[in-house]
Amino acid sequence: MITDQAESIVADSTKKSSNEVVIEITNLCKSFGKQEVLKDLSLQLFNGENLAVLGKSGSGKSVLIKCIVGLLRSDSGTIKVFNQDVRTLKQKELDEVRQKIGFLFQSGALYDSMTVKENLEFPLKRMKRHLNQTEINKKILETLENVGLPEAIDKMPSQLSGGMLKRISLARTIVVDPLIMLYDEPTTGLDPITSDEISLLINDIQKKYKTSSIIITHDIECARTTANRLIMLQDGEVYDEGSLNKFEKSTDKIIKSFFR
Amino acid sequence: MRITIPVTKTKEIARQHTLKLSENTIAKKEAANNFLTDFANVLLFIGQFIKETFSRKFEFREFIHQCFVIGNKSLPLISVTGFIMGFVLTIQTRPALVRFGAGTLLPGMVTVSLIREMGPVITALICAGKVASGMGAELGSMKVTEQIEAMEVSSTHPMRFLVVTRVMAATLMIPLLILYADALGIGGSWFGANIKGDVSLVLFFSQAFSHVGFIDLIPAVIKSFFFGAVIGLVGCYKGYNAGRGTESVGKAANSAVVLASLLILIVDMIAVQITDMLAL
Repeated sequence: MITDQAESIVADSTKKSSNEVVIEITNLCKSFGKQEVLKDLSLQLFNGENLAVLGKSGSGKSVLIKCIVGLLRSDSGTIKVFNQDVRTLKQKELDEVRQKIGFLFQSGALYDSMTVKENLEFPLKRMKRHLNQTEINKKILETLENVGLPEAIDKMPSQLSGGMLKRISLARTIVVDPLIMLYDEPTTGLDPITSDEISLLINDIQKKYKTSSIIITHDIECARTTANRLIMLQDGEVYDEGSLNKFEKSTDKIIKSFFR
Repeated sequence: MRITIPVTKTKEIARQHTLKLSENTIAKKEAANNFLTDFANVLLFIGQFIKETFSRKFEFREFIHQCFVIGNKSLPLISVTGFIMGFVLTIQTRPALVRFGAGTLLPGMVTVSLIREMGPVITALICAGKVASGMGAELGSMKVTEQIEAMEVSSTHPMRFLVVTRVMAATLMIPLLILYADALGIGGSWFGANIKGDVSLVLFFSQAFSHVGFIDLIPAVIKSFFFGAVIGLVGCYKGYNAGRGTESVGKAANSAVVLASLLILIVDMIAVQITDMLAL
């Protein structure tokens, strides 16, 4: 039932995705010392689509999205977000671009000294300065309802389960209405049922908030549920790119090892 | 008997010796590079701290929160330490002074020692253990769990929110804690003096403060601000630059205490020299 629901959402969103490019990466290279992590990587993210980036651990998936948001500085190449090259922006301009991007960290990265409410308040107060406290409270409650956890508002992160942590982290990311979502392994460490719930939530967010997303994952079920298009990375390079159907029918040994 | 070593063996020994020498040279070069990189990182960190300190968007609420955490939450520990400091100093000094017939100098001597040296240094060392390690561990675990990066993508400067507030709070609260410890130390000294004698509180305090002037207090207060800044900067630097993995959190906390304590003693040594040169 979950798969049917997911397929209908994905099909629906595919229709909506346009040809407008929101992220364009060209010849991106990133090394740590002598280790080359990204080698001449190029990709595009279109408006309204969910792009799943697959690849085994250490293939440079997380480094890629950290470069997009400016957490890591790439060695060469261009990263254009809404036609602005992130690599050449000044701090203030980068902050403005970051306000359009939501980043879901693999560990959730909730501030553990703050309650759920304070966690959601934190980016809101800094990015949406025009909102007053009543509007902030309303927005927080609305977002928590969207992720299905309004009752967790006064809890501390240490009181939440793994699935709840992911949902709250997602809530903190979407509370500022980002246009682009970057998910760093959103289902890692979760049981299959919770993983499916998070995958469906990603689709819900795409629908409700009209976001374009890059989903870094090696969970094929998550990719099946959420992706409009897939890219596989291998040793820091784009190994293959295409639809889910193409990947599932591929006879390539590496791709088959993922989709068996 | 003459021992002959074949030429090939001699060559092999020489080759291994050369190899060992070059390995040592590479290791020394890497150590020098690491030291220089660390030094550059420290300078960069201090530079960023100064830049963010004077930025217009000061995180005032977080600063007040940190003042509460550093100041209020350290009070029980500092109270006990301050009291014991004065008490022990009095008990240890009393016999020597009485032997030379200078028992009446006891309150003044202990108070001057407490205010000028013992109070600031011991309180700062205790705070290095509590505050610097706490900052190192907190920021270290935030780094490991990607909370600092999460802050950065929320368009919040972690340096401004986490480091500036903590360093400023430590710089302000440590001198206040030191003054508080001094006061309790003098109280502890009166308590100690009454164990083997009978001195009224008023008499003790009037004798104590007859030997103390503002000139004793000023250098102590000035160096207390430096102690506070050292504790804050070292704690934050070690936590902020912690490596990956939970092990690095422990290392950050541990090295924060060690380095902060060492720097406090070095700052104290310099402060004493300057005070002596200025005849204060």
